[in-house]
Amino acid sequence: MEATHDHAHEDHSHHPTGLARYFFTTNHKDIGSMYLWFSLIMFFVGGFMALVIRAELFQPGIQIVNPDVFNQLTTIHALVMIFGAVMPAFVGFANWQIPLMVGASDMAFARMNNWSFWLMPPAATLLVGSFLVPGGAAGSGWTLYPPLSIQGGISVDMTILAVHIMGASSIMGSINIVTTILNMRAPGMTLMRMPMFVWTWLITAYLLIAVMPVLAGAVTMLLTDRHFGTHFFNAAGGGDPTMFMHIFWFFGHPEVYIMILPAFGIISHIIPTFARKPLFGYASMVYATSSIALLSFIVWGHHMFTVGMPAAGNLFFMYATMLIAVPTGVKVFNWIATMWKGSMTFETPMLFAVAFVSLFTIGGFSGLVLAITPVDITLHNTYYVVAHFHYVLFSGAIFSIMGGAYYWLPKWTGHMYDEKLGKVHFWLTTISFNITFFPQHFLGLAGMPRRIPDYATQFTEFNQISSVGAFLLGFSQLLFLYVIIKCIRGGAKAEAKAWEGAEGLEWTVPSPAPYHTFETPPAFH
Amino acid sequence: MSTAQDVYYVPAPSKWPVVGSTALFLLAIGMVSLLHWGKTPGMVFLAAGFAVLTYMLFGWFGNVIHESVSGKYNTQVDASFRWAMGWFIFSEVMFFAAFFGALFYARQMSVPILGDLDNQLIWPGFKPGWPSEGPYLTDAFKPMEAWGLPAVNTLLLLTSGVTLTWAHHALMENKRTQLLIGMAATIALGLTFLFFQATEYGEAAFTLSTGVYGATFFLLTGFHGFHVTLGTLMLIVIMARCGKGHFTPEHHFAFEAVAWYWHFVDVVWLGLFIFVYWM
Ligand code: HEM
Ligand SMILES: [Cu+2]
Repeated sequence: MEATHDHAHEDHSHHPTGLARYFFTTNHKDIGSMYLWFSLIMFFVGGFMALVIRAELFQPGIQIVNPDVFNQLTTIHALVMIFGAVMPAFVGFANWQIPLMVGASDMAFARMNNWSFWLMPPAATLLVGSFLVPGGAAGSGWTLYPPLSIQGGISVDMTILAVHIMGASSIMGSINIVTTILNMRAPGMTLMRMPMFVWTWLITAYLLIAVMPVLAGAVTMLLTDRHFGTHFFNAAGGGDPTMFMHIFWFFGHPEVYIMILPAFGIISHIIPTFARKPLFGYASMVYATSSIALLSFIVWGHHMFTVGMPAAGNLFFMYATMLIAVPTGVKVFNWIATMWKGSMTFETPMLFAVAFVSLFTIGGFSGLVLAITPVDITLHNTYYVVAHFHYVLFSGAIFSIMGGAYYWLPKWTGHMYDEKLGKVHFWLTTISFNITFFPQHFLGLAGMPRRIPDYATQFTEFNQISSVGAFLLGFSQLLFLYVIIKCIRGGAKAEAKAWEGAEGLEWTVPSPAPYHTFETPPAFH
Repeated sequence: MSTAQDVYYVPAPSKWPVVGSTALFLLAIGMVSLLHWGKTPGMVFLAAGFAVLTYMLFGWFGNVIHESVSGKYNTQVDASFRWAMGWFIFSEVMFFAAFFGALFYARQMSVPILGDLDNQLIWPGFKPGWPSEGPYLTDAFKPMEAWGLPAVNTLLLLTSGVTLTWAHHALMENKRTQLLIGMAATIALGLTFLFFQATEYGEAAFTLSTGVYGATFFLLTGFHGFHVTLGTLMLIVIMARCGKGHFTPEHHFAFEAVAWYWHFVDVVWLGLFIFVYWM
């Protein structure tokens, strides 16, 4: 007992400094920060690609990039944003917040935690670096459908291996998170008393562990079809390209919930804080999140209404998909009920949270429209789908990430961020986001296909509006970067409890949170 | 041995994670080079990757074993290992599920559909059925027979599950000789299984490219064989540690983890035997 105790302290007192600190660290706060910075960098890398796409789409005809490069840009933009920006950002939040929220000294497996992070840079190098190899990056779309992905060149293999490595990272990260949550909570914190963010991550990690291996299997089959003579996705040998779609979307739909459940968690912290009321319907939030996760396994066919499934399959997937709107509606209701008669203030995190609730709901509704099989048959692969998933992913996932960053920056840095600039950033982002993506609904309804660099001239005006919005949106994010850096370097001193209405263990430790927290479990009431 | 709940062991900074990432990066570059730029660069990178990976595995597991025998892991850490191993095995189950999914899809959907009325226009005369190499390939092939070597292999793996449990009981009752015998028997059974599997591959009257049958057969049994290989290696390490006097009747999670893994590999084999070989 004594020996263990001494050693625990000895480990802490001398950790390496400089770069070595980050290469070798076992500290959840260091690792969380690395994830968040990595995510921000990838957000700008992916954002740059998006701006090239939007520049090309500013006018009909081919201006800036040829169709090949255009396809490569859409493919890598999506993969970078999903695997490089959104997912690592949430893992960064998990690393910083989960130990603080459950009162644990660190993540359950501190070394493996660092490995999860350090797998990301090599994977990103493979993915983004594939632009430089002969033939350019993968142009098959992020869904990597065969036969296009079978015919592609070197870069497709690089993409496949990048997916493998990122998958390994996600699985290890998720095992770590699940174990931390299940095994390291402060005494007295029963499951039904856990903070919502912790709950949503528990369920997200479960989804990740369940579906990342399936994606690994799918891309492995692609690899063997490409190079080792198998016929999984080739009808000549009895296989079927649609088989890939089934396996891919068995991963893919839970994946979209992987990108939104932690966002639900973050929003469920911000709204009660600034409404100064406890979260409305905590238990129903937990059950809604769980049922969303379970349902997400049986709706994948809604991505495949046009490939030719049996009618019974189409009907089943249509109804199952619509069913998800019920627990999602429960959540939206609960957030609004939390605000109801609250004593609300609108600091930047709250602005993002309120915008999240309204704009995510628009995305949820367009999802419902797409869930109707006959409607989807005309809307599939049009800009309507692009509008849908940007409403759920940008004004959903990314808004929650930004709101969460503003919310916890005082805890992470010890300084309050510049509230005025934060608000400017919020309004610029929200307005330009809607300028960019709202017109895409109309483009899609009018029949403009996605992933095509040229378009018929009647689509020009909406595309121009969208492109102007996109550039505004992209450049506004530089302000976000500036606010973060400014906050790290100085600003008003943050209190331990940075927000008047905030609840939870993370607000009981000083700001910035010291390098080691909760070395002995705190009391939780 | 500490059983206190109040201090959770958080390891000191460690180089192994970045070493491991370097290894995987080298392996990925090696794989890409091998597929596109020829044998030499590919093999150089792959060899380097494997060397670094081996270095990392020895170093990292060495650290963990050292920490374990010097009593740093209290009961809470032990519980973490249990949760983690359980979830890891679940992820492995899902990996195999993808390939079983491919098998069922091929058997129930893609092959029958290729033989339906519409497809008679494209592939006249194709008779769907299982096993199938699809409508275009015409190589004669003979599917694998279940009641030969595969049945023997089933018996071997099932027996190895029993001997491993026997060894586990010996460990818990502190009968060290019985423990070593049980471990040796399990390893021997595992190796024999692998030998027969290799023999079966050598005698197979079809290949990886024999349509969707060959693809599903070799990927499913191949990944399973790979897992048996890993499991056998882990059993060998555990047996060596038993020989060195590691593990006590109360504290031996490494042993149990490998045992769980072995049983998991066993169960996957049953699935393979039923759906790949037999039915
Ligand atoms: C009420 C909830 C939702 C419903 C009913 C829904 C429904 C759908 C449907 C039917 C499609 C297929 C459209 C097509 O390709 O024709 C789709 C696509 C998509 N959804 Fe959703 N969705 C919902 C929520 C979400 C959420 C929360 C996210 C992510 C955070 C998301 C991300 C996506 C993405 C990325 C695609 C496009 C995938 C691609 O083809 O590349 N959806 N959704
Ligand atoms: Cu979906």
